[in-house]
Amino acid sequence: MKIEEARKYHKIDAVIVGAGLAGLRAALEVAKSGLTAAVITKVYPTRSHSGGAQGGIAAALANVSEDSLESHMADTVKGSDYLADQDIIERFVNEALKTVYEFEHMGVPFSRTEDGRINQRPFGGHSAPRACFAQDITGHVLLHTLYEQCLQHNVLFFNEFQVLSLLLKDDVARGLVAWDIRDGGLHIFHAKAVLLATGGYGRAWKVTSNAHANTGDGVALVLEAGLPLEDMEFVQFHPTGLYKHGILLSEAARGEGAYIVNDRNERFMKTYAAAKMELAPRDVVSRAEQTEVNEGRGIGGQDYVYLDLRHLGRDKILSRLPQIYDLALNYLKVDAIREPVPIQPTAHYSMGGIPANVRTEVIKDAAGSTIKGLYTAGETSCLSLHGANRLGTNSLQDAATFGRIAGTHMTEFCRKNAFAELPAKPLEAAQGKIDRLWSGGKERHAPIREMLQENMTKTMGVFRSQDDMLKMLGVIKELQERYQKVGVDDKGQAFNLDLIEALELENLLSFSEVIVEGALARKESRGAHFRSDFPKRNDGDWLRHTLAWRRSGKIVLDFSKAVVIYPQYQPQERKY
Amino acid sequence: MAMIDIHVKILRYQPGKDDKAGWQDFAISVEDEATILDVLNEIHWRHDGTLAYRRSCRSSICGSCAMKVNGRNVLACETPIHRFGSKLKIEPLSGFEIIKDLVVDLEPFFAKLKRIKPYLIVDKPLPDKEFVQTQEQLEQIGESTLCILCAACSAACPSSWPNQEYLGPAALLKAYRFVFDSRDDGADQRLEIVNDKNGVWRCHTIFNCMEACPKKIKITEYLSRLKVKVVENSL
Repeated sequence: MKIEEARKYHKIDAVIVGAGLAGLRAALEVAKSGLTAAVITKVYPTRSHSGGAQGGIAAALANVSEDSLESHMADTVKGSDYLADQDIIERFVNEALKTVYEFEHMGVPFSRTEDGRINQRPFGGHSAPRACFAQDITGHVLLHTLYEQCLQHNVLFFNEFQVLSLLLKDDVARGLVAWDIRDGGLHIFHAKAVLLATGGYGRAWKVTSNAHANTGDGVALVLEAGLPLEDMEFVQFHPTGLYKHGILLSEAARGEGAYIVNDRNERFMKTYAAAKMELAPRDVVSRAEQTEVNEGRGIGGQDYVYLDLRHLGRDKILSRLPQIYDLALNYLKVDAIREPVPIQPTAHYSMGGIPANVRTEVIKDAAGSTIKGLYTAGETSCLSLHGANRLGTNSLQDAATFGRIAGTHMTEFCRKNAFAELPAKPLEAAQGKIDRLWSGGKERHAPIREMLQENMTKTMGVFRSQDDMLKMLGVIKELQERYQKVGVDDKGQAFNLDLIEALELENLLSFSEVIVEGALARKESRGAHFRSDFPKRNDGDWLRHTLAWRRSGKIVLDFSKAVVIYPQYQPQERKY
Repeated sequence: MAMIDIHVKILRYQPGKDDKAGWQDFAISVEDEATILDVLNEIHWRHDGTLAYRRSCRSSICGSCAMKVNGRNVLACETPIHRFGSKLKIEPLSGFEIIKDLVVDLEPFFAKLKRIKPYLIVDKPLPDKEFVQTQEQLEQIGESTLCILCAACSAACPSSWPNQEYLGPAALLKAYRFVFDSRDDGADQRLEIVNDKNGVWRCHTIFNCMEACPKKIKITEYLSRLKVKVVENSL
């Protein structure tokens, strides 16, 4: 062990990677117990992409109409196209109310009912108004509140650090190595427990709602460590991405009553989901939009449709949906009070991720064996709570609830266990990545990334086919080859964005291959994964989760049965 | 959509290489609908990989990309180039130490936030469900919770430039946000902190913060209400 090679060596009970809702909630739980919690984040905590969530956080508070935990559970099972694990959903709905009340007690400025309680609005796939909201900046206020709580409880923050390798040995987590983005240099974080809460992997697509930071670093680290990923082929396309930019216009717009219309000014959802219309789940609405476009009914025959808010009126738009109004105005010069807003499906949420059990412990095989001291929560995890399709507002609830659960179990683990020894040569893998880019060849990261993103949007979108996916696999292989020759212009230590983007590209190329392999293997259509060549769901063969490893450079798959435990939630035809 | 040629001047500083910051010129082509962030990406990805800047969400909510463009503090991601024409002058936020190029040291900014105890302080027993807060009570703080901590306000504040000890508009706005929250019991503690020569009295109602705020928060107004509260509280 050559710790002296690292500029810094830190010994900390619980190290948490990612400062979104899941990471901060876990850190808070650990810190409140009196143990030391450190959050390692590539951006300042309040820049995390949980802040981009707009519409709400799901909990059956029943503040504005009848609701129940059973109904929340039934909606989530059906929304997932029956793939989600029911033991996980049960824990989730049972904890959801507590999570929201806790947030309120921390000071979250929720929008209020007339009698001063938390207000709730309808959301797609939920059979009651269940989304607790703060205007259309719900994620933003939850994130800032949690950050402030973490400041109060003295969580240590390592802001602007990029994690480059996990330190694992004999199925025991021992810490990680991270690059100090601001000043340069590698740091060793020696820990008893490590949480991966690195968010989604939507930056593999060109049209995406995801932040620049969402490069799937956590999933790539796990894959590199020889551990599996789960259900990576399930990626949600959000129906109301701002045209061309892909950035999010919240489903809250439809929750408040907005329409989606085609070139003939028809509310075409009547053809696809007559009962729920615009408030069908996202997979259903995105497919409907893409079908309209493919059949020539996009606006002016082009690749977009309209989100129409005009009938909501100026007051409702400005009081309930001010962010949406500003985004349309700033980015497309469209005044949503007077004009319809051009939209298209945009890569949005990663249902797949790092497999874990209900205790958020990372698992390493279909039998559910765990890695000691390694945890995961939030979008980067796959518990699986969302199955093949997530319902809107279940994600903030997922991140916060399972973040807290992770914090509880990590605390317990840290109390019972001593620090495990670091593996020999802890810096080697991380140093190797940096050295290779600094001494690299003439290829540059940007054109490779752009080619990946363009092709992923073309082939791995709302509709998929074997031919397209085989081509995509070829493209990824070729780009992985080219990546071997990537060098960076910037050889400096301080804030080397060139280096960070090149490192992130390696992650994108790595997990994208898993997405395509999983999608090729899954010869059925379920939730967000729709194959034109296998348009039906096939519960006989595919009511199971995909597990994928990288072994000797190849992706190897295995499958585990979805957990279906309740007679009332057996798979049935999914209609809205 | 059409491509246009633009001329971009960027204030560069590479630590270890440059003694001080200096201007560099770029002549590039971008779509006429491009944003300032698109321009920076174009330069970074195709012209000069050594350029450094912060960015993340692309949708004006994360607060990473505040910088000065043609003399105005803006969020690069939400600002279309047509607001400025074909000549752009891009530099880091004023009043902060430059780490590299457009990246400034925000540690002092976040440290100030911590000083005003930016969390709800509750002395009473917690209710089983939520605290009751009326829509009128929420209205008091609603706009102030929009703050994304981008630091555009502090960078525009002439009272902040010569005095690193001044709490500055963002931290004081946060103090307002909690002092005026109907659920909070910590007003006395916070008012004592801001009742200082480097607290709320250092604000000379210059209104620059308000003009710089990408979320159009009426910061100066809220700081004035905070001043009144300090006086009321000491009577």
